[in-house]
Amino acid sequence: MGILSNAGMGGVILTALWQTLYMVFWSTLLSVVIGFIPAIILTLTAPDGLRPIRPVYEILSFLVNVFRSFPFVILLVLVIPFTRLVVGKAIGTTASIVPLTLSAIPFIARIIETSLRETDAGVIEAAKSFGASNWQILWRVYIKESVPRILNGVVLLIISLVGYSAMAGTVGGGGIGDIAIRFGYQQYRTDYLFICSVILIVFVQVIQMIGNHLYKRLS
Amino acid sequence: MIEISHVRKSFQDLEVLKDISLMIGDREIYGIVGQSGAGKSTLLRCINGLEPYDSGSITVDGARVDSRDKAALRNMQKRMGMIFQSFNLLERLDVYDNIALPMKFWGIKTKTEESRKKIEELIRLVGLEEKIHAKPRELSGGQKQRVAIARALVLDPQFLLCDEATSALDPEITKGILSLLQKINREMGITIIVVTHQMEVVKQICSKVAFLHGGSVLCEGRPEELFIRPSLPEIKSFLRDSSDLLPKTGVNIQIFFMGEDSGEPVVTQMARELGKDFSICWAKLEDFRENVYGSLVLNVEETDREAVSRFLQSKNVAWEVLE
Repeated sequence: MGILSNAGMGGVILTALWQTLYMVFWSTLLSVVIGFIPAIILTLTAPDGLRPIRPVYEILSFLVNVFRSFPFVILLVLVIPFTRLVVGKAIGTTASIVPLTLSAIPFIARIIETSLRETDAGVIEAAKSFGASNWQILWRVYIKESVPRILNGVVLLIISLVGYSAMAGTVGGGGIGDIAIRFGYQQYRTDYLFICSVILIVFVQVIQMIGNHLYKRLS
Repeated sequence: MIEISHVRKSFQDLEVLKDISLMIGDREIYGIVGQSGAGKSTLLRCINGLEPYDSGSITVDGARVDSRDKAALRNMQKRMGMIFQSFNLLERLDVYDNIALPMKFWGIKTKTEESRKKIEELIRLVGLEEKIHAKPRELSGGQKQRVAIARALVLDPQFLLCDEATSALDPEITKGILSLLQKINREMGITIIVVTHQMEVVKQICSKVAFLHGGSVLCEGRPEELFIRPSLPEIKSFLRDSSDLLPKTGVNIQIFFMGEDSGEPVVTQMARELGKDFSICWAKLEDFRENVYGSLVLNVEETDREAVSRFLQSKNVAWEVLE
């Protein structure tokens, strides 16, 4: 019963907090890095892009929509074989990073795409008029000008990943959300429920504050 | 020299450039003028290769502007700096880095002593020494356009293309930008091509203009030839002349004063010599690159028409009867 005693509560919550941070950190990092690829392809091949290729844009855009509309709980189960292939096991904190990342990729890809495409067309035209190549325009204009907007999107992503990571707890991912459900809800421990909620609220607030601060500094 | 010959261009079914032929001489400030939708900006974008054209040819010192030959086009674009109505600066770069940007596109190191000197010199030229590390959002419209001008000059271009560069600025700021352009033309020997619908731009700086209407060049020449005594209805409507305010009775005669004969007191001479009365019902003075040109409209009795015509003929002034 040690784990349920007040002495154990701090340890349980600390471990859970660490697990949440671990899952959210890695799934954010991986999904942003991977999500950049479709985002860039979408931006370049869009009708108003640097190299419009209609079929590529339409197909990729369709795929992103399909993956975005997958309910996370279903994705969690569907990707179990893939998770086993990548991580070696389907259960645990590390294993839950796989479905989290997979669900985050189309989400962040769309956000990055939108951020990039919001770049002022006039600025791109100016770059073209000085003889910039498409790659130079992509790096020095599109991405450079979009950094604050992309950052805003990443904050949004982190916050929704905190929420999803609670669901990932159901495949043994652990984390704050998992503790809130298992201890707080299923065992009627309102103190756990309360502390977990406070931690999540503080966490989201802090992330949003850091995000806003960076946005101001970068733009 | 830029030679445009029989250039045509369509967007889908809409023909925006119809057989355009123009010659733009070195060190000229050449105006491409007309109402919106005349095709001026498209023509400028074709000159720079931002937009391909369907047929005809555009050559710069004999070399063809061809948007299919990417490498050649890039080198051509290096020789033509361009500024825009909406300034088009990068919001996240400060004044210095915005000006340095084209160098980065050309693999020129921007941190070397040489580059630094050049950029600082351009900042001095456009008068923004105080703002060297300011971001565009801290600048006024006129200051932003000055940054854009410095950026357009950083690759030592031979031509400066201005796409409605002063259309978003108020008259006083416009004047400042125009005299900066004039200075660049005079001191650096850069040929300037301005696309504009503003008469004050034409009057203050253009040495030659082409008037575009509906995708064709209606006429080309010195601005004072085209605009003081406009013959084409399209130009008259562009100038929005207020000839409908003239008296409906009698004969309205317009007299033009062009440059050198502006000083001769024709009107008072006429009154004295003919002993006739007439009223001056409309007059305008215009300043074309510091030369004053003007015209006035006299209203005379129908019976005096012959005498007045004969007098004006003998005086060798430009005039016409407004019907």
